[in-house]
Amino acid sequence: MFNPQLNQDGKLKHLLTIEGLPKAIITQILDTAESFVGVAEREVKKVPLLRGKTVCNIFFENSTRTRTTFEIAAKRLSADVINLNVNTSSQSKGETILDTIDNLTAMHADMFVVRHAQSGAAHLIAKHVAPHIHVVNAGDGRHAHPTQGLLDVFTVRRYKPDMHNLRVAIVGDVLHSRVARSEIHALTTLGVPEVRVIAPKTLLPTDVEKLGVHVYHDMREGLKDVDVIMMLRLQNERMVGAMLPSAQEYFKSYGLTQEKLALARPDAIVMHPGPMNRGVEIDSAVADGKQSVILPQVTYGIAVRMAVMSILAGNA
Amino acid sequence: MKIHIKNGRLIDPKNKIDAQQDLYIAAGKIVGIGEPPEGYVANQVIDASKLVVCPGLVDISARLREPGYEHIATLESEMQAAVAGGITSLACPPDTDPVLDEPGLVEMLKHRAKQLNLAHVYPLGALTSQLAGKEITEMSELTEAGCVGFAQADAAITDTQVLWRAMQYAATFGYTVWLRPEEAYLARGGVAHDGEVAARLGLKGIPSAAETLAIATILRVAEETGAKIHLCRLSTAEGVEMVSSAKKKGLQVSCDVSANHLHLTEHDIGFFDSNCHLKPPVRSIRDKAGLSAGVKSGSVDAICSDHTPVDDDCKLLPFAEAEAGATGLELLLSLTIKWAQQEKVSLLDALYRITTSPAQILGINAGDLSINSDADICIFDADIYWKVTSGALYSQGKNSPFTGLELPGKVRYTIINGHIRYQSD
Repeated sequence: MFNPQLNQDGKLKHLLTIEGLPKAIITQILDTAESFVGVAEREVKKVPLLRGKTVCNIFFENSTRTRTTFEIAAKRLSADVINLNVNTSSQSKGETILDTIDNLTAMHADMFVVRHAQSGAAHLIAKHVAPHIHVVNAGDGRHAHPTQGLLDVFTVRRYKPDMHNLRVAIVGDVLHSRVARSEIHALTTLGVPEVRVIAPKTLLPTDVEKLGVHVYHDMREGLKDVDVIMMLRLQNERMVGAMLPSAQEYFKSYGLTQEKLALARPDAIVMHPGPMNRGVEIDSAVADGKQSVILPQVTYGIAVRMAVMSILAGNA
Repeated sequence: MKIHIKNGRLIDPKNKIDAQQDLYIAAGKIVGIGEPPEGYVANQVIDASKLVVCPGLVDISARLREPGYEHIATLESEMQAAVAGGITSLACPPDTDPVLDEPGLVEMLKHRAKQLNLAHVYPLGALTSQLAGKEITEMSELTEAGCVGFAQADAAITDTQVLWRAMQYAATFGYTVWLRPEEAYLARGGVAHDGEVAARLGLKGIPSAAETLAIATILRVAEETGAKIHLCRLSTAEGVEMVSSAKKKGLQVSCDVSANHLHLTEHDIGFFDSNCHLKPPVRSIRDKAGLSAGVKSGSVDAICSDHTPVDDDCKLLPFAEAEAGATGLELLLSLTIKWAQQEKVSLLDALYRITTSPAQILGINAGDLSINSDADICIFDADIYWKVTSGALYSQGKNSPFTGLELPGKVRYTIINGHIRYQSD
């Protein structure tokens, strides 16, 4: 099938989703990221790979962490960075996404990092832009958040190098989560044999098992003997309503506590894409505990985004 | 005007004729089949060698976008598209702006259509004022103005008491109630079939149960009230089964599917192709097979184009924000022929679903080639393939899930009331 992310030579042209990415490309990104981890620890934290290039961070939806890490990554690659929060400017004036993109193209941007509340927005933009421009999806609706998925598997690989021998559990609101979808594709592509999703039926997509995951509704059952626990953020607006009765009841069934963590393998790691709701999906004692790798995830996020941007810039 | 159509393969689904026979037209009527009437001298002879001669197509769901949406499409452009697609009669849903809920509006639309002198237009009146699902419309007045049935377009009636009363009232006068079965709450916010593809792409799903629940309600109320029902554009295999059993039970119910749904599944959405954003959504492979089997068995009475011209800009948006709909008038014949080829259905049986059967649903005198019936005729080449491109379409709606594909069947002549209204080489 035609893959809109790859150029004619099969190299990465845009990063839109992890689904359909060849394993070799994912491995190339992770290996490149390894080489960037050291850059941050140096006195001079910059490499000149994107010198003279302009990276445009266009956020049609609010974000602090993702936008900041993309900005740092681009700057460490010596790019010029422009940040735009479009939801507060032109969109409210009725400008369409593609008009916004056209305008920024006219300002000679080389790379767009895009976040949008609608699934498929990044694909739409990638289809529309001039051939020399690269698009990185920084999150589109419920669909994909590929750099988050990559930094998560990067983190897993660092702590658990033998990916072919892992049990991973993803816990929480999979239905609305672009992070979960990207994690699932990244893990299965890298050969993780068992990926579980743990959630109430109201927070799982219909036919989710067709993504290649095992479904659990009982968290105690689902966490048994897993090596990696990936928690998902529960959006405030979902905590009360027809999907869940209350944050308290959710925490009781699906919050990660020390007691539930003990069901996993003793050396299991705990991850979270942030921002966390302490006491809703995760207990503070776990979030700050010795099995948590939540802060290293953030650090690696910069290296992974540097890797993605430098690889894209190197591919015509 | 006397037209002699000679050497064609004449297919009349109603009278079960599929044979090489000449057709003779005079004074807007069909006056002879096989043999001319005595003393007949033609003014014009059409050589239909290697062509199929069949009744003009009857499309029971075509949005013409007038009044109110002339920036998207006009009556002129869409009526031209209809005849280019071999369609001689069409029914249009009431979701115009203003809504077709007043006799004056219906009369105006009928008048405008008549002036254009192209296909016959049969408006469906609104079942409730403003399609709001609260107050029923003046159905008798609207019928006098030219409405052939009463519909809600895509606006479901959520208040079952109103649904009940609307059906009771329609049943009083024997009017047909046209409803697209979709449970509004369950479908709320959904943009794609609630299945594997929606799960992968992160699109909000519309479960199949949104359709089957609505069908169950509608059928039950129809049975209680004695209303005659037409269910528009089924999308699920279960829905077809439900209608099939209702028919066996003796309910006055008919239904249609759109030609799109006989060819497309959720997988055709690919990477968010907004041309496949349709209402109802294209569903699973199993559903497609169920719809197809329904058309074959007759559980599904008609195939419609579900013609919905959409402005280009309204498709250049993320999938969920893109407007639903696709152009269809000029694809109905070709998609039906393609379906018949794939499913090994005879051309006669396939054409029945876009001529005789929809005419019966509308209760109009059309869709057959009987002697003395109106000379509404489509002459087409079944063996020629054409490529779907925006340039190939008369309709102002250029958006189609089939763009770039080669489809079989090209209309050569469309004759309405004995006059050639479309001709191509």
